[in-house]
Amino acid sequence: MSTTTAPPGARGDVRDGIGRTVDRPDGTPKVSGGFAFSSDLHHDGMLWGRTLRSPHPHARIVSIDTTKAAAMPGVACVLTADDVPGEPNFGLEHHDQPVFARDVVRFHGEAIAAVAAEHPEQALRAVQAIEVEYEVLEPLTDPEAAIDADPIHPDGNLFRHLPLRHGDPDATGEVTVEGTYEVGMQDQAFLGPESGMAIPTEDGGVELLISTQWLHVDHGQVAACLGLPEDKVHLTLAGVGGAFGAREDVSLQVHVCLLALATGRPVKIQYSREESFHGHVHRHPARMWFRHTANRDGDLVKLEARLLLDGGAYTSTSPAVLANAVCFAGGPYVFPNAVIDGWAVRTNNPPCGAMRGFGVVQVCFGHEAQMDKLADALGMDPVELRLRNAMAPGSPLLTGQIITGTAPVREVIEACIAHPHPDDPSEDGPPMALPGGAGLTAERGDVRRGTGIAVSIKNLMYSEGFDDYSTARARLELGPDGVPFATIRCAAAEVGQGFVTLAQQIARSELHVQRVELDPADTSIGSAGSTSASRQTWMSGGAVQLACRAVREVLLARAAEREGEPVTGSRRVRFDLRGHEVVDLDTGVAVPVADLLAAGPIDETREHHHAPTDPLDEDGQGNAHVSFAFAAHRATVDVDPDLGLVRVVQIATGQDVGKALNPRAVTGQIEGGIAQGLGLAVMEEIVVDDGHIRNPSFTDYLIPTALDMPPVAQTLIEQPEPGAPFGAKGVGEPPTISSTPAIVAAIRAATGKDITRVPVRPQDICL
Amino acid sequence: MTDAPETPDAPAPDVLAYELTINGRSHSVPSAWLGESLLYVLRERLGLPGSKNACDQGECGSCSIQLDGDLVCSCCVLAADAVDADVRTVEGVASYSGRGGGAAEDELSDVQQAFLDEGAVQCGFCIPGLIVSVHHLLDREPDADELTVREAISGNLCRCTGYGRILQAIATVQERRSGAGTPGAPAVGGGS
Amino acid sequence: MSISRPTDLDGALSALAERPDAHVLAGGTDLVVEVNLGHRRPDAIVAIRRVAELREHRLDDTHLELGATVTYGTVERELVDAAPGLAMAARTVGSPQIRNAGTIGGNLGTASPAGDTLPWLAALDAEVVLVSAAEGERVLPLAEYITGPKRTARRPDELIRAVRVPRVAGPQHVAKIGPRNAMVIAVASLAIVVDTDHRRVRVGLGSVGPVPVRPTAAEDLASDALDWDALTCDEDAMTRFAAACADASTPIDDHRSTAEYRRHAVGVLAARSLRRCLT
Repeated sequence: MSTTTAPPGARGDVRDGIGRTVDRPDGTPKVSGGFAFSSDLHHDGMLWGRTLRSPHPHARIVSIDTTKAAAMPGVACVLTADDVPGEPNFGLEHHDQPVFARDVVRFHGEAIAAVAAEHPEQALRAVQAIEVEYEVLEPLTDPEAAIDADPIHPDGNLFRHLPLRHGDPDATGEVTVEGTYEVGMQDQAFLGPESGMAIPTEDGGVELLISTQWLHVDHGQVAACLGLPEDKVHLTLAGVGGAFGAREDVSLQVHVCLLALATGRPVKIQYSREESFHGHVHRHPARMWFRHTANRDGDLVKLEARLLLDGGAYTSTSPAVLANAVCFAGGPYVFPNAVIDGWAVRTNNPPCGAMRGFGVVQVCFGHEAQMDKLADALGMDPVELRLRNAMAPGSPLLTGQIITGTAPVREVIEACIAHPHPDDPSEDGPPMALPGGAGLTAERGDVRRGTGIAVSIKNLMYSEGFDDYSTARARLELGPDGVPFATIRCAAAEVGQGFVTLAQQIARSELHVQRVELDPADTSIGSAGSTSASRQTWMSGGAVQLACRAVREVLLARAAEREGEPVTGSRRVRFDLRGHEVVDLDTGVAVPVADLLAAGPIDETREHHHAPTDPLDEDGQGNAHVSFAFAAHRATVDVDPDLGLVRVVQIATGQDVGKALNPRAVTGQIEGGIAQGLGLAVMEEIVVDDGHIRNPSFTDYLIPTALDMPPVAQTLIEQPEPGAPFGAKGVGEPPTISSTPAIVAAIRAATGKDITRVPVRPQDICL
Repeated sequence: MTDAPETPDAPAPDVLAYELTINGRSHSVPSAWLGESLLYVLRERLGLPGSKNACDQGECGSCSIQLDGDLVCSCCVLAADAVDADVRTVEGVASYSGRGGGAAEDELSDVQQAFLDEGAVQCGFCIPGLIVSVHHLLDREPDADELTVREAISGNLCRCTGYGRILQAIATVQERRSGAGTPGAPAVGGGS
Repeated sequence: MSISRPTDLDGALSALAERPDAHVLAGGTDLVVEVNLGHRRPDAIVAIRRVAELREHRLDDTHLELGATVTYGTVERELVDAAPGLAMAARTVGSPQIRNAGTIGGNLGTASPAGDTLPWLAALDAEVVLVSAAEGERVLPLAEYITGPKRTARRPDELIRAVRVPRVAGPQHVAKIGPRNAMVIAVASLAIVVDTDHRRVRVGLGSVGPVPVRPTAAEDLASDALDWDALTCDEDAMTRFAAACADASTPIDDHRSTAEYRRHAVGVLAARSLRRCLT
């Protein structure tokens, strides 16, 4: 079904290069239980850390008494805000979140103190014995009210207001549709809760083994809060049990280091599932109003939108999330005119930040509902309306930026809808396959089927002028067996996506070696940036490619020197790496790579920057983004309209991938991303009631099981992206973005209900 | 589950000593707190961290083990009550699995191999539990159809894969176990 | 701090008599979780999984008796014919892993309003057999045994030995609503037994009140309306039966659902389940 055509692998007889389906280097330990996740870390003499968190969303801290806790059996130390030697605050964009709350708590679950003890149970009891006197304050929980309310933080309640004015704001058209939409708070809900271990070092510094998405951004924040120079703080990536955005912000990093430095002993912190729900940022809940204007023939004329994101108590990445929401509020369609205003605000709700899709998930739910509504108003087929207005290479974004790369919007839509529909439900099928599953709530006759489609655009990499780069080091040397092998070092966080596999593939293809070793990801090399924004294949893949090519240049130079040629000039074209030899193309003389390495290893480090971008101007205009990926999803659902239960039957998708560098891994990203989109559509929501999280557990925060996730029919659209290493686009985010609105469109089709909120709750359908 | 915490003044004395049999080997636990789950003891006292700790309340399956042949969550087993039980964890799966399992501990079982071959592994946190669950299923119902397979692994949450490659891996095991011929009713994974 | 691991009922009872503060441990899916979460800190535990007589179920002409440590998995696999509704309920409990560990006695011991087997047990007027070293056995009707949400009439020195239900002929159905297709706490559930022996429609409702609900007015209505020979019921009576079931429920709003939805869902489940049981 896939249009993937496997490009040639590495030259020579090297297997498993770029374009091949390749096994993960960490696969065997992961299936056998031997892979060390951060929660598996163990150290002789280690202590267990635990955090005291606020039970109130908003309160003044009158006093904290740790005396009783500190005297308890097994307790090594108790720390509060008074014990933070460096910067009291941390944060990704603005340092506005306290390491430990001092005078005031601003969200349910905010850290107040930390304990280290010999046994986790002793740590828990000590945390419960810390006496905190609170003066409970009224929580500010309505994001609309937050804009004008008294500030709940010295930095104010408005994280960002972003206006966008494009074309003629007064343009009019013949048909308008408007709607208000709401997205609930989704959680990344990775399987491996936050955990890490800090080990004091002899120089008074600390070694932190941590599951994170971005070692270097942690590094800076941790060192600053510890009051240590950065060279005394060393971070190494520990096994990461999924991320999806939730590990971009600091969680336990500073706490565990403070405990280790205070006690002089290794300390491990491992969040419980409940603490994990309190301890990381979530997807921003959104309230969105859209008005779409078009002409009778279906040409879009104008987009108007007002978008409100609830950022919760601290900034995190709210400003960047808002920029994505505003810039892509129209979806992958061309609008000559637009008037958009977006706000991200501070409340006493749980802090929100990065999650797969990053601001685009929210608006895609709105703009795709609007496109269906508009098609209905025009009496036009919804697919035809989308195709008619689809972006293409050369199209302008709402920001005025022209798409200079590929934009196969038409292609992803056509490939998506070309997949055969699933079989009609059979009368005698197993009841377990109906909505309600094992609950046996429905029979075939109670169920109606519906189909819906949605399309998305997602920016890749960081935007708005951020100097986004990655660093990699490649080393080529002779093994003890006389066979050359490569070693790659890069701080890119492997969170499950498969960068480790890709780094090996790239080195194999570039250097023609079979064996590629991977050094641990740590802060002894330059930053790789975050494993987010669908960026590591492009950014760190590109850095590995550059470093490998630098090694190859040295190899060719060695061959040239051997031939008595000058090291500069024409050698670039005269010598080439062919198989395991460097060949002089003029003379035909071939020198084995092994011979060229006899002089010693070749070791090169390179940084890879993407094309520079500009900040947005006061009208939200500018070349703020690098590249774009597109996807279309068609959902088929069975709905039990009387009970409001839903079973997704099939998802078909076409996705713009640029080039599939490891096709099976791409499939895994697509299926996994769709599962998270399905979760947001029909079940996943952090229920926040007056600032309190009511369901911080896997009992009540539901993610899809194998009985909820349908088969996926997929087509990869491969149009190599100019400027992208190997032509590849990031593939992680698009599957999550338009799968949600496709499923909701299918539910609307099955029920006739105008559903404007996700997740869709049973009562939204049947009451 | 919403009971108020009991008074936190009592310490956690190490008073219990007991023996456990894990993957056919006897392990002594010389001094443990009564409240420790089997998952905790496996991971923190016996150096067997393959069973994963994702929820501590039986809602994710990452800590799945076999207890006297029954598939259970080790986070819901009190370690001190697992004495005289036959506990099998992911670390022992290759050597005890009846079909396709190698005798040597460093060999992979057929289920483990199929998970690698079909790209079923991403972050991998759920995978050890799934490996144990899939062995338990296929050793009892080798020809399980797709819906049966889905129900059997419905207690093993995976957040990365969307289950497609996992179902494909299970189908591959079924095919391989049934020899060259087609199995009676193979599970079919999603996908292209 | 102690754990006692008796191998027979007398041993379990004397252990409990010695330490009435002990927590009884069966499948662990409630108790160990509460310990993990720090909600309970037992000083003494009586672990009863080795007590053979508690693991057995017995069928005679009039009754089904389930020992306290019969697991949901056993019910799901072995009692499909003898207790089809209970088997359906058992299959909706948690995950396969939970069903292999969790026990019918545990469902009764915890007495959660969302206990999955409780509506069926309520519908059949189950009797809970409690036993202690001091006073021997006493038998309580389920309605007297469960005194409130997670509250029961069990004394600390008592053990749940078994639960007993009458064997009745006629179709049964159990339906449970959750927003996920597996592994979910009931938002609302309903058990129905069309008891052809006594010409009585029996119903139990779950998650729509502090304790399992018996909608007796609805039962009366359906029992009167049914054509017991043909096993049919006219649509109007069916509708009234559904409304009466909904009226009998006293649900609340919480993070899992709303009272309004729960009441509505009970009505839908009632009509559908009765229809499924009829010809």
